[in-house]
Amino acid sequence: MAEIMYWEAIRRAHDEEMDRDPLVICMGEDIGVAGGTYKATQGLYDKYGADRVMDTPISENGYTGLGVGASFLGVRPIIEIMSVNFAWLAMDQLFNSAAKVRYMSGGQLTAPVVVRSAGGTAHQLGAQHSARMEKVFMGIAGLRVVTPSNPRQAYGLLKSAVRCDDPVYINEHELMYNMKGEVPDDEYFHPLEGSEVAREGSDITLFGYNISVHWCVQAADILARQYGINAEVVDLYALTPLDRAGIAASVRKTHRAVIVEEAEPAVGVGSEVMAIINEECFFELDAAPVRVSAVNVPMPYNHGLEKAAIPNASDVVDAVRKMFGK
Amino acid sequence: MKDADKKRLLREMLFARRFEERCYEAYVERKIGGFLHLYPGQEACCFGVLDAARPGQDYVITGYRDHVHAIKCGADPKQVMAELYAKETGSSKGRGGSMHIFDTAHHFMGGYALVGGPFPLAAGMAKAIKMKGDDDIAICFLGDAANNQGTFHETMNMAKLWELPVLYVCENNLYGIGTRIDRSTAVVDQYKRVAGYNIPSAQEDGQDIEKVFKAATKAVNHVRSGKGPYFLELMTYRYRGHSMSDSNAYRSKGEERMWSDRDPIIMLRDRLIEAGQMSKDEYKAMDTEILDEIENDIIAFAEASPEPRVDELEKYVLADNDPWVHGGGH
Repeated sequence: MAEIMYWEAIRRAHDEEMDRDPLVICMGEDIGVAGGTYKATQGLYDKYGADRVMDTPISENGYTGLGVGASFLGVRPIIEIMSVNFAWLAMDQLFNSAAKVRYMSGGQLTAPVVVRSAGGTAHQLGAQHSARMEKVFMGIAGLRVVTPSNPRQAYGLLKSAVRCDDPVYINEHELMYNMKGEVPDDEYFHPLEGSEVAREGSDITLFGYNISVHWCVQAADILARQYGINAEVVDLYALTPLDRAGIAASVRKTHRAVIVEEAEPAVGVGSEVMAIINEECFFELDAAPVRVSAVNVPMPYNHGLEKAAIPNASDVVDAVRKMFGK
Repeated sequence: MKDADKKRLLREMLFARRFEERCYEAYVERKIGGFLHLYPGQEACCFGVLDAARPGQDYVITGYRDHVHAIKCGADPKQVMAELYAKETGSSKGRGGSMHIFDTAHHFMGGYALVGGPFPLAAGMAKAIKMKGDDDIAICFLGDAANNQGTFHETMNMAKLWELPVLYVCENNLYGIGTRIDRSTAVVDQYKRVAGYNIPSAQEDGQDIEKVFKAATKAVNHVRSGKGPYFLELMTYRYRGHSMSDSNAYRSKGEERMWSDRDPIIMLRDRLIEAGQMSKDEYKAMDTEILDEIENDIIAFAEASPEPRVDELEKYVLADNDPWVHGGGH
């Protein structure tokens, strides 16, 4: 098992799928000749040519719709939208066309597109380049939403998403492309549903996804070392559908829950997980679940303000300590 | 155009007219719900263009005024009517409705309800056709008002950039819902608007099916021969409001009369009668036969069909048992 970077894992998944099936294509801004802003398609233009590695104009809704239309006839497009902030512009085609076409055609047509996009807050990119909008994609019937927290998931989720007949939105993170992690040497397909226990524990469950899984793991280490609290970390790599059974199983074991999200709290992953806990295992709880979320503010440019706007591991530790009265 | 084709097209257009008029009645009777956008007045556009192409084989897509395009591609009118009646036997199994008729077996790739939404979808189908090396083409029918959406400009740029085999047919009926084109659109001649993308285009009388057929033959040949996209503007008029919920109070009687005097069906009928290729009685008999078919076969089928089952509400949201959801069984 080799240790590779997150971007290399995504690149490898592209390469294997394009090599296998001539109808797999990729498209997006700067992904071809320039090799991709995050290098996720590096070298593919030389290998597969301009017809299959399409440098698109800066027309997010237009090229997303073009990919959806191509998918009607059996093409499998992997569409990169450079930043989720620009993905807002493609919501019409993604939501109105891709997500709904199977249903409104009575099952005659499907749109097996993959849309990948980099979200999250990076380094002082300001209000229009720092959106965490996975929650917007989560509530759309007909669309799968996954979000890899490590290179293994980034590779395996993309592999499965390309093969799956449903449209899949993959929420990546600006700060994670250079993260290293182990990826199986053999071909690997990650499930598009479910959750993973990233760290076993017995006293409390920390629910995270994407970058917040890492804050949860850091917090769990601190809690174990300094406060004798043994936290379990559950990685919600699938946001649509959320893993009801997995969420409930962990809470039944630990009886406490903190949900950690980089996004603003309203109508988000935290509120949704909390609702699932209420619905599935309310009477198993020893304490009211808590969310650790971003502050509801357009992302400021100033570094200190930016830091204050999003949570980190010590915020998670504080929330758990408060719950335990320690 | 051959005489036999003219007679056949007259019948097809008259059928479409009577079908849509019957939809109107059914809507008033509350048999059809939702929004209903009817086609009378514009028939020569659909039939003239698609007769110059390969309906059933070329990939056709349009907006919400879609019943007639689906039928011309080969959809069974019984299934289209059953869809309007929201029945399980409908073309979209009662899940789509008037604005979402689909018949992928006949390459009718759907009706879409977001104005301008099909522009990029059509270009994408053309991309797929080009990748596969087939000589099919994609044909996208939309109204003039769709050209004020961003998708129009984004797609025209890409369609030409990548020389995609797609024909855009603009059925210019002069109104975007209730707003006349010169009050919403800086350049009223729509065919001029694609000049900025170097896409060849033409404007033609959309009421005269022979002229439409001729212009469409040229357009289809251009696209099919690998020369890239083409944009054909057809000047036409819808007799009814934008949808059934439109009071249609924004147009003058004089304007309406001017267009109904150039009715595509009457013009072709009179031409055939004058040329001695058809008698008035023959036309009347044809009309009666069509009305009987609509009532006795089509409406009867829709009425007798079952409703979708409530326990199948969530069917068709996602693929059934897709193995890759679980990692391909690994």
